[in-house]
Amino acid sequence: MKKPVAPSSTRLSRVLGWSALVALAVTTWWGLWVSPPDKVQGQFVRILYVHPAVATMCYAGFGICALASIAWLWPRLRSRRWDRLAVAGAEVGAVFCLATLVTGSIWGRATWGVWWTWDARLTLTAVLFAMSLGYLALRRSVENPHSRAMVSSMVAILMLLTVVVDHYATAWWVTLHQNTTLFKPGPTVHGWQLATMLESFVAFGLVFAWMMVHRYRLEMLEERFENEGLSAALAARRAELSGMVRVGEQ
Amino acid sequence: MWRDALVVAAKDLLIERRSRVAMNQVVPYALVVLLLFGFAFDQQRPLLEQASPGLFWMAVLFAGLLAVQRSFSVETSDGAMDNLRLSGLQPAGIFLGKAAAVAVQLIALEALLTLGVVVLFHTELAGAGLLVASALASTACVAAAGVAYGALSMGLRARETLLPLLLAPVLAPVVLAGTQAWRCALGLSSGDGWRWLGVLGAFAAIYLAGGVLGFGALMEEA
Repeated sequence: MKKPVAPSSTRLSRVLGWSALVALAVTTWWGLWVSPPDKVQGQFVRILYVHPAVATMCYAGFGICALASIAWLWPRLRSRRWDRLAVAGAEVGAVFCLATLVTGSIWGRATWGVWWTWDARLTLTAVLFAMSLGYLALRRSVENPHSRAMVSSMVAILMLLTVVVDHYATAWWVTLHQNTTLFKPGPTVHGWQLATMLESFVAFGLVFAWMMVHRYRLEMLEERFENEGLSAALAARRAELSGMVRVGEQ
Repeated sequence: MWRDALVVAAKDLLIERRSRVAMNQVVPYALVVLLLFGFAFDQQRPLLEQASPGLFWMAVLFAGLLAVQRSFSVETSDGAMDNLRLSGLQPAGIFLGKAAAVAVQLIALEALLTLGVVVLFHTELAGAGLLVASALASTACVAAAGVAYGALSMGLRARETLLPLLLAPVLAPVVLAGTQAWRCALGLSSGDGWRWLGVLGAFAAIYLAGGVLGFGALMEEA
């Protein structure tokens, strides 16, 4: 079988991919078999080893998107690579945002008895997901790369504002969603639960990095295809034409 | 900048006075939305009274989208936007002027919708200070974010469908805060309505500042 001319994988992405698989396997093992059930939540606590890490990666994706957009808007730093990084962050962030909503909904059903409730944190996360879909639709609507980067950068910065409000929603509003449990002095999680939770952050962090590398390179290859595609098509038509001329001469 | 804003606002309002699109199409549409909400709630009076602030702001959001689309459709026809770019007016002034024109139309619409809510949903008005202040702050948010996103989507394919997709999530916190402030003012909720007014004020300041700073770049790309 013929190998692809420009694969989106690199040595780094392959190392990242295998590391992510191993880390996910360890998280699954610790999360399902080693870590004990919780005194209050029982077996439902095991979703703790997915949901917070996935939500953090969602924030990381949108955060990278916004920071790369600011870098693109800064005239001295302006480069196509920031725009590639921004779209990679938004797309991977959107995937993790959807995963956050799905896992949060499952957890909500287990602990609150409902799949969805009109809570500030939940509603803002859903709004964030809708904004990311709008951002991606906007990018598909603009053909000129400069205009696309300019308008999408502005939307990305506004998305960051929603990320910040979403993060502090549990502190600013009275919500059902629990407050910070891990990243505070004296965390309320201990032992194997704490170890598994931290391991889940490593595992999903690696998955996030692997997806970012692939999406970034895919964007680079698309740009290359756009640039070289027209030249290749013209060369093919010229070759066809010269072949026809030669046939005519004979 | 302020003089430019006045010129642009006067131009947009003059176009509206002559064409009467907002008065003849957007206002009736918003009133029909209120009527349809009545059907959706099966004409249950206590439920409609409870939900009236939220329904009011949803109707304003839908009508606001139309007002923003109208504000930019007059600029896209006959190359009017190119003339606006070449007019020498400051982009920040153009932004503020267009936002002010949309805001004036929305305030008129909100006055009529308030009447509609009182008549159709039997809502008893109270807390006039908070009602008016939160309505003004919410209107500033809708107009500022709407004009910024309207400029952003002006030159795009499928802008008619893209604008609501982009704008509705951005205005979701405004609908939430506006509804809560009105619920407090009408005595339907025991919370502190002035705190929600603060939230609306913060969002209005952010959207206005973002529009003033970024409108020039958006006009160039449109």
